[in-house]
This record gives sequence, structure tokens and C-alpha cells, in this order.
Amino acid sequence: MKNSIAERVFDFLKEYPPFNLLPKNKILKIATEVKIIYLEKGKVIFNGDDTIHNHFYMVRNGGISLHKNTKDNKILIDICDGGDIFGLRPLISKENYLLDAIANEESIVYGIPIAIFEAEIENNAKVNKYLITSFASKSFDPYTNEQSNNIFTDYIAKDNLASTNLHAVNYTKKPLKCSIKSTIKEAAIKMSRKKIGCIVVVDTNANPKGIITNSDIKNKIATGIVSIDANVTEIMSSPVITYTKNLTVLDAQLHMIKNKVGHLCITEDGTSNSKLIGILTNHDVLASLGNNPTVILKEIQRAKRTREIRKIRNKANLLLKSYLEQNIPLAHISKIISEINDSVTIRVIELSLKKMNIAPPAKFSWLALGSQGRKEQLLYTDQDNALIFEDVAENKYEETKQYFLKMAGYVTKSLHKIGYEYCPAEMMASNPKWCLSLSEWKNQFNDWIINVNDEGILLSSIFFDYNRVYGDFLMAKELSESIFKSLNKRDLLFTFLAKEAIASPSPLSFFKQFLVENNGEQKDTFNIKRRALMPLINAARLLILSKNISGISNTAQRFERLAELEPQNKELFQSCAYAFKALLKFKTKQGILHNNSGTFIQLESLTKEEKLKLKRCFKPIREIQEVLSVRFNLSNIR
Amino acid sequence: MKFHWFFKKNKQPIPNYYKEYQKSFLKTNKLSISNTRFVVFDTETTGFSVKKDRVLSIGAITLINTTIKVNDTFEVFVKQAVFKAETVPIHGILKDGSIEKITELDALKQFLKYIDTAVLVGHHIGFDVNMINEILKRNNLPKLLNKTVDTGYLYKKSKHSIYQNEEKHYTLDNLCDELNISKSDRHTATGDAYITAIAFLKIMTRLNKNNDLQLRDLLMN
Repeated sequence: MKNSIAERVFDFLKEYPPFNLLPKNKILKIATEVKIIYLEKGKVIFNGDDTIHNHFYMVRNGGISLHKNTKDNKILIDICDGGDIFGLRPLISKENYLLDAIANEESIVYGIPIAIFEAEIENNAKVNKYLITSFASKSFDPYTNEQSNNIFTDYIAKDNLASTNLHAVNYTKKPLKCSIKSTIKEAAIKMSRKKIGCIVVVDTNANPKGIITNSDIKNKIATGIVSIDANVTEIMSSPVITYTKNLTVLDAQLHMIKNKVGHLCITEDGTSNSKLIGILTNHDVLASLGNNPTVILKEIQRAKRTREIRKIRNKANLLLKSYLEQNIPLAHISKIISEINDSVTIRVIELSLKKMNIAPPAKFSWLALGSQGRKEQLLYTDQDNALIFEDVAENKYEETKQYFLKMAGYVTKSLHKIGYEYCPAEMMASNPKWCLSLSEWKNQFNDWIINVNDEGILLSSIFFDYNRVYGDFLMAKELSESIFKSLNKRDLLFTFLAKEAIASPSPLSFFKQFLVENNGEQKDTFNIKRRALMPLINAARLLILSKNISGISNTAQRFERLAELEPQNKELFQSCAYAFKALLKFKTKQGILHNNSGTFIQLESLTKEEKLKLKRCFKPIREIQEVLSVRFNLSNIR
Repeated sequence: MKFHWFFKKNKQPIPNYYKEYQKSFLKTNKLSISNTRFVVFDTETTGFSVKKDRVLSIGAITLINTTIKVNDTFEVFVKQAVFKAETVPIHGILKDGSIEKITELDALKQFLKYIDTAVLVGHHIGFDVNMINEILKRNNLPKLLNKTVDTGYLYKKSKHSIYQNEEKHYTLDNLCDELNISKSDRHTATGDAYITAIAFLKIMTRLNKNNDLQLRDLLMN
């Protein structure tokens, strides 16, 4: 029987996750079983501690507010509006509800029966992930949830050997082919001219019909079994084994082994009845297997010229892209990309030293600062670097400094050519201010720490995140120790750093509104770096410095270390680490998508699911800012 | 039994489907609004004459405690000899369209079974009830026994006395505008029934400001 209401419900559901991840027939089945509930303003759907319902809910019209009851007051957690889902607890656990759900205005909600929903989604991984993420974002505090490990699986490192086999394989896009009417001789001439070991026989529609390889010619022609003037169909292997494009190395290997072939024809729809678009050989698979970080690192180490390095570095970007597409854990990705970035810098320094013709007059240490220093640089960003050289006799100083400035000039120029933009503030080793002897650096830091001022804060915040990339290890260590000695004398610096860390308020203004830039070129975009990443970076740096810990510059690792040091705040710090990784991954994906740094995000371009993910990450930011505010007594100085 | 109806006899035996419908009214208790089963319904017709025009489709939904179950809705299209091309643009039901149609008698049987003893709700429900009563009459049966609620009347009642205008006739479109209800699916029986249901719920909220609304305050009969 026709059910117009179910059709209307379907029309709505299909627009929103998780339903948009399901096939139409399943959405319709679910839609037919939905309960439509009208709620006057203030009407309660469920209260915290109520036993769970057989339904979860999606807002159709109006808005539903979710509250957490504490001893003293009611805290508003979220307001759901059209298309948002809530009351997901019964999907995840059998415990009573934690939050109150109340109609914030006159509303209509859909009650989705869980039994039917679960039967229809079966084990759709995407749907499950969306639901769990959505649930976590509305839980009062995701980080105290024992399920947080499952929620954030994306961002947790695991050593997954299989991941190397999950790259998309590169197939040959313009395969050698001949018509089904060709003679064997014609085909062989083509193969010999192009020096290619196989040719695909296609029909008039360009659909692949068979394949001839070197060994067919060796076994069937050279032995005299078939005449060289015979038709290609006489010796071709047929039918061909076909596959769709976007196959992974693993797919390709398995398919070849299963079918006992060395060649796969890539066709438009993956069957032999559609147009041939490429060919994948055993060799391509082996080459793809070689297209891994180890190979890239080796290539960088062997590169002789800047241009070569640039080419190889671009390969790393492809690698990055495929890692992100395959949801490989971010900790793993950033480890690899940082390693590649570091080796690019090292190779560039080595080449620059060669150009200098004379050996360095003193020991030196090359430091990466900012995001590269924190090993968080995934896309090309500005270069921030500095150089420390050994203290030399006064009469040698000028000569030594000039040598390193010249060398640093070569390095920064090469890095620029490779794709790392010059730092607009000139925080680079080629700037005389950032190319100093060890004792000069010590004095410089001392100065920043003792005479706290705004500029000093900004500079020191960059310099506190350094990472020695090349050269003498001891000097870098000595500088660290000196900095920490000075730090101990000055609590005021922490107060200033804390002030800086909470300067950017929560990225959400009123419940669900993202704070957007309100002027300039990037008007109405969301600055993910300033609003979301920097507060976390600043907080991690400050807390780790206040613990007198050196040697960890990565933000996520800093939070993880803090979690070990302060078990009472373990969940908060862990959630900060997770949120940071998630946000960085998000920024990187955006950067790849729009071919920029990913800093400014067009909110309209985001899906509901993405916004939800972002919003979830903002919760720990607010919490950590509160911790800083209390710990560093900020209420007194504001 | 069916066979006999074609011969006009003074004493018609009442058919089973109507007997059952009648019987269920014997055991009805007085209920609170939240326990009452409301059936909101609408008919699409060939025109506005109760005598000459015919019902083309009936759409109905059940409302219990402000909740609609999507799998418990009613939607039938009726085969009719009477056809008026000029009303097709309104309801969109073609004489020989692809929608599955049933006979008027089957529609009646199914409808009586669906509504049972529910309180019927409709916008200007008098017309829709009269249309159904005409079908009953054509089958030599008494009128509908259900209590009815008219959203047109209720809406007027829900307005503050200074804004009340006894003369004004509120169409379903007026209601949609004033109560902020989406007008998609207007002029399909089920679509209008759904819109009417939402309007009914919203009006009840307005009438229940003092939390003392009783079922009898809603009823027309």
C-alpha cells in the first residue's frame, strides 16, 4: 500500500547522516517504522537516569536541548536542530540516559526504532562510526567515557603492517592495444616498437577481449605452433581479468594470485564489457610496493640537486594524501612526514655545505622551529629555523658568523625552491638575528624570559618548540638546559604564556555557531589554526615547560606525557591529544582539498558529519583553558 | 449477503463490517486526551457537492499522545465513475492513473476498520464526515458514530478573544501560514491529514496554556 507519510519521512532522512550512508531501500524501510512525535516547548523527551527508550531521535523541526544535571545546577550541553540525532545511548550501552532532552521550542522529532535500525544497518562501519562519534560529542565529557578508545580509533597509532599494502596502485593509463582484426605480426611490431611486453586486444568498442604477452609469442609463434600471419585471436589469452580503477596494492596482488595472471585490465566499470582504461602488471604492483616512505627517504638521501629533492618531496605529498584517504592513524602519518621533512632539510644542508667549498669553521646545530619543530608539519608551510654555532674566539666571530649566514642562505633558498615558503617574519637562520653563537642564544632566551613583553612571548613561543635537525646535538641540549634554568627563576613568564594560551576564546560562540573571521580576505571563514590548533599548542607548551620537561616538542606527545604526570587530569589531557590530532588531520585534509595550508575553512563546504567532528574537538579546548586559568591564576590579572 | 443490497428491501440486514464497527462503541470509556486515539483524516473529492461529488481518496493518520506512527497510517484511492477534469489540477488524481485503486465499498470497509472508535479530526471536518456518511447512505447504512473535532473551529477558539472573528473562514493554508507549518504535500489526502494533525497538535498546545484542557473542550458533538 502507498504510504505518503513514509515517503516524506524518507525524503528527510536521506539528507542527513547516518541515513545518507545507507542505500535507499533501507532508508525507506526505516522511514516506514518511524514515530513522529510532536513536542510543545519545555516538553521532556527523556530525563537523565530514565531507562533507555526503544528509539533514538532525529529533530525534524524545532530544537531539542540536552542538559546535564549536576548537584547544583543544570548545564546546557548542546542544542540539536533539524537533522541532528540525539538519545543515542541505547545504541551504545544499556545504561540509563545521562542527559535530559527537552524541547527548546515547539518541535517535531522522529523516533527511530532501534531494533529495525540495527537490523537494516547490519554492520555498516561508516554508520557505526558516525553514531559513536555523534554519541561521544553529546556525552557530557567524552574523555571520561571508557569507550573513548573506540571513538578515536582514527587517531590512535597502531602498528598496522597491512597499511603499507593499502596504497592505491598506479596502473599504466595508456596501455598498448591492437584491434581484434590485427595479425600477430602487426601486434608484435607494435610491442617491439614501444618496447612493451604485452598488448591488449580490443574490439571496436575498445572493450578488452584478450591479451598477448611476450611469453605467448615465445611459446606459440617461435615454436611454430601458430603462423605469424594468423589473427591475434589465435594466441591471445582470453577472457581477460578485469578490475575497476582505485584498486589497492593488496587488491591487485590478491586478484592476480587468485586468477593466476600477471596482468589486470582496468576498465571503466570493472568488467570486460566496458572500455579499457589501463593495464596493471605484476611489475607495477612491485613498483607500488616500493613506493613507500623508506624508498622516498632513500631517494632523498641520494639526491644530488634541489630540483630532484623537490620532485621526491612532492611524492611524499601523494603518499600523505593516500594515507589520509585510508584513515591511517595520524600519529603514524606525522611520524613519516616529519621524518621526510627532516631528511629533506638534512640533505639540503649537506648539499649547501658542499657548495661552501670549505668546511665549517666551528661546530653548529640547525634547529627547526614552529610546526616542523613540533613535528606537526604535514603540508608545506613556512620555514621557521635557526642556527646555533659554537662559541669562538672574538677575533674569529665575524668570519664564523658570515660563513654560517652564507650557508643558511643557500639552505633557505633551496628549501624555498622545494616548496617551503620563506617565513614572512624572517625567522630563518639566514637572518643575522637567528644565526647566533651558543652564548648569544643563551643570553637571548634569558632576556626573553626575564624581560617579559609581548614580542618576547611570541618569539619565545616559537623557540620553545625547536627540534635539532642537523649538527651538534650537545649544543642544542645545552641551550635547553640553560633555558630551563632561567625559566625556574621566572613564574611570571608562565602567567604571560597562559594569558596567551587562553587569548583565543572557545571556537564556538553560541552553542553551535563557529566563530568566523569578520574581516579581511578570509571573511566568514573559520580559522582552524588560530581558533582551534593554537590554543592547544600553546596550552601544551606552557604546561610542559612548567613541568620543566625538555625534549618533547610535539603537541600530542606533550599532552600524552602530561597525562602520565597528572593522573588526576589524565582524561582531559588525553582528550586534548586526540582532539589535536583530529584537528590537524582535518586541517591537512582541507589543505589537500583546496591546495593551500588548510588554515581557513569555508564552513559551507563542510558536511554535517564534519562539523560534528570539529565541534566535538572543541570541548577539550574549553576545558584546558579553564585549567590554565585556574592554575596560573589568570583571574587576577585579567 | 452483499447480493441482497441491490434489491431495495425495507429491512436491510446490517453487514458484519458495520456491526463490528458499531459494537466497538459499546465498550468505550471516557479517556484523558493523552490516552485518546485521534484519527486525523482528509478526503480528496471530485468537488464540493455532497450529493453529486465522489470521494477519490482518503488519507488518515493516527495520533496517540502527540505521536504519529508512520506504519499506522491509512491511504486509499477510490475508483469512481464520476470524474471532473476541472478538479484534477487540485488533487492530481487521474481517472486512469497508475495508482492502485479500490472500490468505494472496499474503501469504506477498510476505513471503518481503521477509525474504529477513534475521535475523528479534520479541517472543516463536517464536509469530510458528510462525504463518508453519503457513502454509508449509498450502502443503506447509518451515519458515522465517532466523535469529531474540527481544527477550523478549534483554531478560532484558540485565538485571543480580541482577535477572534466569527466571520472569518480559516483555510488549511491560513493555518499553515499562521502556525508555521510546511505546506509540502498539500492536496493529497494523506498530506493534508498530516498537516492537519500538526495543526491540531499546535492548536491544542495553545488551548492548553492553563494545563486544564479536557477532551470535551475539543469535541464538536
